[in-house]
Amino acid sequence: MAAPARYHIRRACPERCLDIAPLPDHLPGVLIDIHAHFLHERSPRADWRERNASRLRAGDRVGIRYHVASVLGTWGHCSPIYFPSPDDVTFANEVQRSLEREHPDRIRGYALVNPNYTAHALAEIERGAGEGMIGVKLAASRRCTDALLDPVCRAAAAHGLPILQHVWQHRRQEFSGQEASDGAELCALARRHPDVNFLLAHIGGGGDWLHTLRAVRDVPNVFIDLSGSGVDGGMLEACIASAGMERLVWGCDLTIDTGWAKLRYLEHLLAPGDLDLVAWRNAARIFPSHAFPD
Amino acid sequence: MRIDVNAFLGAFPWRRVPGTSPSAVLAAMDRMRIDQAWVSHLPGILWRDPMEGNDWLYETADREVRFRPVPAVHPGLPGWEREIERAAGLGAAAVRCDPTWYGIAPGGGLMAALARACGAASMPLQLAVRFEDGRQRHPLDRAEELPPWSVRHLVRSDPAVRVVITHADRPFIEEVHFGSTPDEARRIWWDLCWVWGPPEDHLETLLRTIGPERFVFGTGQPLRLPENAVAKLDLLDLAPEVRAAIESQNVGEALGR
Repeated sequence: MAAPARYHIRRACPERCLDIAPLPDHLPGVLIDIHAHFLHERSPRADWRERNASRLRAGDRVGIRYHVASVLGTWGHCSPIYFPSPDDVTFANEVQRSLEREHPDRIRGYALVNPNYTAHALAEIERGAGEGMIGVKLAASRRCTDALLDPVCRAAAAHGLPILQHVWQHRRQEFSGQEASDGAELCALARRHPDVNFLLAHIGGGGDWLHTLRAVRDVPNVFIDLSGSGVDGGMLEACIASAGMERLVWGCDLTIDTGWAKLRYLEHLLAPGDLDLVAWRNAARIFPSHAFPD
Repeated sequence: MRIDVNAFLGAFPWRRVPGTSPSAVLAAMDRMRIDQAWVSHLPGILWRDPMEGNDWLYETADREVRFRPVPAVHPGLPGWEREIERAAGLGAAAVRCDPTWYGIAPGGGLMAALARACGAASMPLQLAVRFEDGRQRHPLDRAEELPPWSVRHLVRSDPAVRVVITHADRPFIEEVHFGSTPDEARRIWWDLCWVWGPPEDHLETLLRTIGPERFVFGTGQPLRLPENAVAKLDLLDLAPEVRAAIESQNVGEALGR
């Protein structure tokens, strides 16, 4: 059934997708989304412009000051999303940096690496750091417990970059399409590299987050990324109980609506100063000092 | 006016969930400016006889004018038809059935009989696709999610049955809607609690392709944060009358009793 004439909703228009409105000047406080993604013309999605524009538009409405983003290769077009080829990694990071140049007031980036290609990964970190990228993105190309991640972590430490690690909360089995790690496995890596801050990705992104929150309790260099489509009642309370406000960082990943919902609930749950920690202060502490100049 | 068609009272057996008491749900409704909630008895969904939770549900709803009970009906247990009569007599908003959690075939003869009985009684029938993300469920919580084809079968079972489906995502909704005739599709309402907002914009797409008449406001609270349902509407540029239709007025059509 077609929508009736009285129905009005703003629609994304492909022709206008590169013409993003300027940042509004009425943003309510500071908000940093530490887990964002952008698509590009080599991804399989024909609507990639609309999705990018939608992210920025919704971010403006929510009040996101900075989208800290990564591009996962060609999103499965030329190599698997979680096992990107070196060429796709390089291309993705170039796309990410071009977005940062295009929107210097609102986009920051992680350098994506595939740790199975050590020399290439280290070169991408070196180049990324040199061109202003503020973190390293580890997808799920190699399990966290593997020694191949150690040189990546040492390079991140050398540049003072945090690492955002894709996590499947309580991985009970192997999954096709990714060599996923869970919270306990990330904590093993974090214990080996106490001088690196790790962002444990999308606590609401699938899997048993209770398992994760038990694992991270006494690992001070692991921060909980609150993103993901999950908005379970009790999850945020459990995050606070496990990691404290000082180790929670706000993000959205694929669903800005769930990110906003969690932020609104935290407004109800936390004192204003504590909310600032989650909304941006913890992120500002983790990322390099040049990351968010204002 | 904001009506939440998808709320629960009572403890969840598979994990600790705060805010499941009637007073806590009312407080959450206040916080989110929800005027009325259709409430189901959450633990009863996993009882061998889920209808045993209905007495408590009616008593609780009787004490709080903002609750509308949605009692459970298990069409595989003797005397289930009386629960529909009772629901009609006690002002229930709908009856609910969760066949895969009851261990009965979601597209089988028992569900067809339930559809006919609900159609004859002009009683909306509510079904949930899921209660939690399938990737996080307890290892012993093995019931299948409600399959899309079972909803198509259900609306074909009786020309008068009207169903309210909660916790469905975009692919589920599209498969059922476009796999049904216009008349069948007009007897299905979808709650928006599991539909993604931006940047994927699934809700925006569905409102455009299917129409806002088919959507009702639902949160899934307290298993889910009710803030999410409000946030995803706030992220759309909806005309006031469209938002009002989704938040309350479409429910009047779904009730229709």
